[in-house]
Amino acid sequence: MRYAETGFDLEIDLSRGSIERVESDPKLTQLHLGGLGINAKILWDRVPAEAEAFDEDNLLIFGAGLLCGTAAPGCNRTIVSTFSPQTRLMAYSMMGGFWAPELKYAGYDRVIIRGRSPELAYLWIHNDKVEIRDASHLRGKGAIETAECIRRELKQPEAQVAAIGLAGENRVFYASIEQGRSSASRGGIGAVMGDKGLKAIAVRGTKDINIARPAEFMALCDQIWKYIKFREEHPIQNVIPIIAGLGSPQEMKLFDEKWHTTNFMWGNSRTRRKDFWNEEVEKSWKEMQESVRTRLISCYNCSLKCGATITVPGIPTYMMKCYSKLTYTMAAYSDLEFGFKIAQRATEYGVDGFSAPQVMAFALELHEAGILTDADFPGMPADVEGRFFWLLDRIVRREGIGDALADGVYWAARKIGKGAEAFDHNTIKKHEQLPLKLGMLNPVYYLMYSTGEKMNITQIEGQFPQEPFRTREEREDFVSDWIQVPHEKFKRYLLDWEPRGEKSNPHYPTIEASCDIVDWQEKMHYLDDALGVCAGLSSFPLKPPYHIHNFPAFISSATGLQMDEAAVWQAATRNRTLLRAINVRRGMRRADDKPPEDHWKKRFPDLEAKLLDGYYKMKGWNSQGIPTKASLHELGMDDVAEDLEQRGIIGNGQS
Amino acid sequence: MAKVKKTIKGLTIDADKCNGCRACEVICSAFHAAPRYSSINPARSRIRIVRDPLKDIYIPVQAGEYTASECTGRNKYIVDGKEYDECDFCRASCPSRDLFKEPDSGLPLKCDMCEDDPPLEKPKCVEWCLNDALIYAVREEEVDEAEVSPGDVEIGVESLIDKYGLKQVLDTLARRSKA
Ligand code: SF4
Ligand code: SF4
Ligand code: SF4
Repeated sequence: MRYAETGFDLEIDLSRGSIERVESDPKLTQLHLGGLGINAKILWDRVPAEAEAFDEDNLLIFGAGLLCGTAAPGCNRTIVSTFSPQTRLMAYSMMGGFWAPELKYAGYDRVIIRGRSPELAYLWIHNDKVEIRDASHLRGKGAIETAECIRRELKQPEAQVAAIGLAGENRVFYASIEQGRSSASRGGIGAVMGDKGLKAIAVRGTKDINIARPAEFMALCDQIWKYIKFREEHPIQNVIPIIAGLGSPQEMKLFDEKWHTTNFMWGNSRTRRKDFWNEEVEKSWKEMQESVRTRLISCYNCSLKCGATITVPGIPTYMMKCYSKLTYTMAAYSDLEFGFKIAQRATEYGVDGFSAPQVMAFALELHEAGILTDADFPGMPADVEGRFFWLLDRIVRREGIGDALADGVYWAARKIGKGAEAFDHNTIKKHEQLPLKLGMLNPVYYLMYSTGEKMNITQIEGQFPQEPFRTREEREDFVSDWIQVPHEKFKRYLLDWEPRGEKSNPHYPTIEASCDIVDWQEKMHYLDDALGVCAGLSSFPLKPPYHIHNFPAFISSATGLQMDEAAVWQAATRNRTLLRAINVRRGMRRADDKPPEDHWKKRFPDLEAKLLDGYYKMKGWNSQGIPTKASLHELGMDDVAEDLEQRGIIGNGQS
Repeated sequence: MAKVKKTIKGLTIDADKCNGCRACEVICSAFHAAPRYSSINPARSRIRIVRDPLKDIYIPVQAGEYTASECTGRNKYIVDGKEYDECDFCRASCPSRDLFKEPDSGLPLKCDMCEDDPPLEKPKCVEWCLNDALIYAVREEEVDEAEVSPGDVEIGVESLIDKYGLKQVLDTLARRSKA
């Protein structure tokens, strides 16, 4: 018997209309754990390096994390992986909610989709019964609407549905996959789903997930709940409210948006409004939020409430999480009411809440600068809110200027030309980033922005405070119960880190310390994404309930595999390295590892080069950011080394 | 008639506090797995969240009695402007729906308040509901001795007699016992 996992994959070929249930190799679990790790392994093995996002050969994989469906609190992530039309590199995005556990209860660890359906279709997985069903009646329907229709026509109110909207159908490069209160948004994976002619996957399962050492495993789960309770009662001191607690940033619960609105940029990541927040704004935003928010809601098996049901009078109800509350508002220099309204339409269309608003703000900047003219915007309303709605409608239909904009800022700028490239100032590897522009270079963030395969800072950072504490006392207080550190040296890094002077940014943390800190932060994300653990309970917040010291016991008691800390750490290293190899094979090199030019005002080219050298070295990569033969060998990935060698990406003599 | 004490265990369910997480389903199914905690399967849970997020409906319901036939003449409820389906509040394991049946055998499931030896401090679903939507409530009641345990069969027979008269029930019983 397999424990924690089901041991079966669903292989769907939409071109041929075939469905197969295939037993997976348990060795892969030991090597890559599950979720992102095994998704990556499949993409490496089976998608040719030359395949583009919209080729039939490209795979779209919905992977459940290894611990999804067990009783481990907050383990509910579906990891969707494919190749991105926008970055042309590997894309992977996670969604919370309820889908992955349901897939496990249906008896599968992942769904692997290849080919292209001749007609729009949806997949219905009900335990052993799996069908490809006609979805022509769902064409053009919103993602949430689609889910409701499917549940109704199947008479399965408990089915969990992941669906695309119009944006996915029309292959918008930042189309999302929506699933009620959650979505997998980054990297244009919704466009790949649309290209495959797949409107939705509905799943319902009523089978068991088995646990290898039940009593031990359950005791660990109880400890997590206990710690969550403790942390709810003891928020972190001396930090801003938004990062004091657990979970995704508590955007639905909190009203105080001073930090976001005065630190993040408005428009096309352009303007900082330091004095935006005042009592009047706070009062009206609070009233607004309270009037539309029906209930705070969670994901599967989690006591936190990171999402909310939103009902704005006159438009359909939808669910929101996190920061999308502000992205449209701030991109349009508008208010919260507009944000809540447009997010409803954007959710139904299925677009990424980070990218879409920035693309629209970028378009309006080009208009203002005369690069685009009135002729490009026929019939566009005069008010900015109206303009955003108008643009969104065009983008998801790829109508007129919407067609170029549907490819995202990077590609649109190149298509439009006439100097539009200069307005593309907030992308990394062709992908829109959080609207942040700062002063002094932060060495840790420099590395995370530059090298993260995830290309999304919120999915890389966490664990280590973003800023130094002001006083020694505050630092000592913070480290006093910092049990999550993998090594005592991290406490020293924090204790020595000063806001000003010699031991401050950009020269402190030192190169070595910065590399250590980044390594720890990203490894935790890699573990979460393999195990299906919500980052909001693990890699993202300060002092989370899950950490490197309890993961091994979780994995071992759930699966029966014997894995100690070193083995778990190595699996994370292996997954991280494999992702790098996948992207390297597709042409990514050192020159691509960089933040937006203007992310920091004060840049230090020499130091940055040294940081990158140090990081590559600690990872076992060469100066181009390519994993070396020796390091691949050490991780048991000689096949990867061989492939890269054959392609001449790593030299024969290289060690 | 002599008075005796009877312990009544129950839950106070504050549905307004439910965030729809289904942790209660997870732990109930694990607790009743054999061996204990060896498997998880919410479809086997004796508590289910009847949920319709877009309508803001979240009702934790514990499995109650088994019923062989579904109700006739069902009602819809409208509470605070929300329309609830006819069966939403019902605890029965009933042929009209999948709820509260073992997924393999179809046998009815019933909440046993986590009976255990030694007894638990509180039921598992209550312990795992960190949002206090489920609150354990035990109360003692003084009841007439004769009322203590009329027994299910007695209640049933009594209601049959009420309905059809003693003679018809006796005739039927006599016929059944020969068959
Ligand atoms: S912490 Fe928030 S985002 Fe994470 S699983 Fe819980 S409710 Fe979902
Ligand atoms: S554990 Fe509590 S909050 Fe979660 S679904 Fe059950 S009753 Fe609702
Ligand atoms: S009281 Fe126990 S048996 Fe009843 S629903 Fe709750 S966990 Fe299940």
